[in-house]
Amino acid sequence: MIRCEDIGKVFGSMSALSHIDMHIREHQTTVIMGGSGSGKTTLLRLIAGLDQPTSGHIWFQDEDLSAISRRRLYELRECMGMVFQYSALLNSLNVYDNVAFTLHEHTDLDEDVIRTVVTMKLEQVGLRGMEHLMPSELSGGMAKRVALARALAMDPRIVFFDEPTSGLDPISAGVITTLIGDTTKRAHMTSVVVTHDVKAGLSIADHVVLLWQGEIIAEGTAEEIRNSDDERVRQFIEGSPDGPIPFSRSQTSYIDDLLHKPGTVRLK
Amino acid sequence: MGRVNGFFGMLGRTFLGLLGRLGDTAVLSASSLKLLVAPPWQGRHLVIQMFNVGVNSLVIILITGAFTGMVLSLQGYYTLSKFGSESLLGSAVALAIIRELGPVLGALMLTARAGSSITAEIGIMRVTEQVDALEMMAVNPQARIIMPRIIAATLVLPLLVAIFDLIGIAAGYLVGVDLLHVNSGSFVAEMQAKVTTHDINAGWIKAVGFGFLIGVICTYIGYRATPTTEGVGRATTQAVVVTSVAILALDYILTSVFL
Repeated sequence: MIRCEDIGKVFGSMSALSHIDMHIREHQTTVIMGGSGSGKTTLLRLIAGLDQPTSGHIWFQDEDLSAISRRRLYELRECMGMVFQYSALLNSLNVYDNVAFTLHEHTDLDEDVIRTVVTMKLEQVGLRGMEHLMPSELSGGMAKRVALARALAMDPRIVFFDEPTSGLDPISAGVITTLIGDTTKRAHMTSVVVTHDVKAGLSIADHVVLLWQGEIIAEGTAEEIRNSDDERVRQFIEGSPDGPIPFSRSQTSYIDDLLHKPGTVRLK
Repeated sequence: MGRVNGFFGMLGRTFLGLLGRLGDTAVLSASSLKLLVAPPWQGRHLVIQMFNVGVNSLVIILITGAFTGMVLSLQGYYTLSKFGSESLLGSAVALAIIRELGPVLGALMLTARAGSSITAEIGIMRVTEQVDALEMMAVNPQARIIMPRIIAATLVLPLLVAIFDLIGIAAGYLVGVDLLHVNSGSFVAEMQAKVTTHDINAGWIKAVGFGFLIGVICTYIGYRATPTTEGVGRATTQAVVVTSVAILALDYILTSVFL
């Protein structure tokens, strides 16, 4: 459904992604995993067309996302949904209006029909009856679920999830993960999930892509990733501090920094 | 020599940076305004923004207008009485308010109340990814966020300035006639005789120009704010300062045109 060909993204002098080749298959859940700063969210934004790659091409079916007009991109987005890391609910609208937003914008449906659709979507995420609440009155988990209901309102063919479980308690994270897995299967959707939650990611993934320092270091089914011999993959899925992926990003010697920086105690 | 080079280098970089931002402002505003005639029509959002910018600024405009008129009447009386020309108080108050103080103070008040809020609101929408969310929901953020605010500020400021002028002149009348005992007839007659259509036109054209400036600068700085809490705070302050200076500069240009 979506194909990335030799994608690269550079911010100033820093390379965020390089040589990314991947394929997002239809009706599957593709999970992009990696540590903080590995380029997961940047990749998701490129795939969703929110940013342009510095090099390479992203094909949505047969259309190059970086070459199409804004109008065409908006047409394509009517069959896309996205759940943002911090939910990104529109602050000035209540839950009902947030979920109904795309229906009001892109359809001529009667308000009664829209109300029925909103009720169905909110029931799906377990929040029926909360229509009147404002985003500021919702907990993090509830806001994520409203964002999911909003993303599903137009029955999209593909939904992007940016860190759907980050900042949530284990129960809310479990609910969101189950919802993503269930809705993808029930609605025959395609899901692209960016997460560093290994347990949640591997539990719903049909296909896993593991990033490190802006490059793909492993790709395959959840089982293949679990059984990988690659030390970097093992370190990541086991959450081990020791291994080829360093915890500290400092380029200089710690002792040298302590000894030569003004204001620190000089050892004799 | 090195220091001189460094100084001119810094000057050049600052100038180029400023030029770049001016160009970016023009491109963003022009591409947003172009969406005024493109479907889907944003009429409902335009009305909402006119309410937010206009109606919500009414109280501050009324208060500023009243005090400006009262102070102007006191100061005008003090100056004119030295020449024995108290009867000219009506025309002095009206001309000063209509030609200058109404548009400028009205615009500065609107910048402080509505302009800062426009920048902060758009900046926060960026921080919380609401702008990206609109993009993903196939709603053009420029059409939904920027264009209605520019148009609203441009349309609303002349109306607010008209109210400012009326209240200012009425307050000036009350102080001049009731407090300082200037003859009521001469106050009104001098005002009618000296204030021309040209003066009124100068006032409202200034108001339209200032409103447009407020809309363009405040939306641009908010839209390009660094998406952090500190970035939004800095952008809000910057929007008020830049807009105020731009209003005063444009005021000088327009005043010299309408002399």
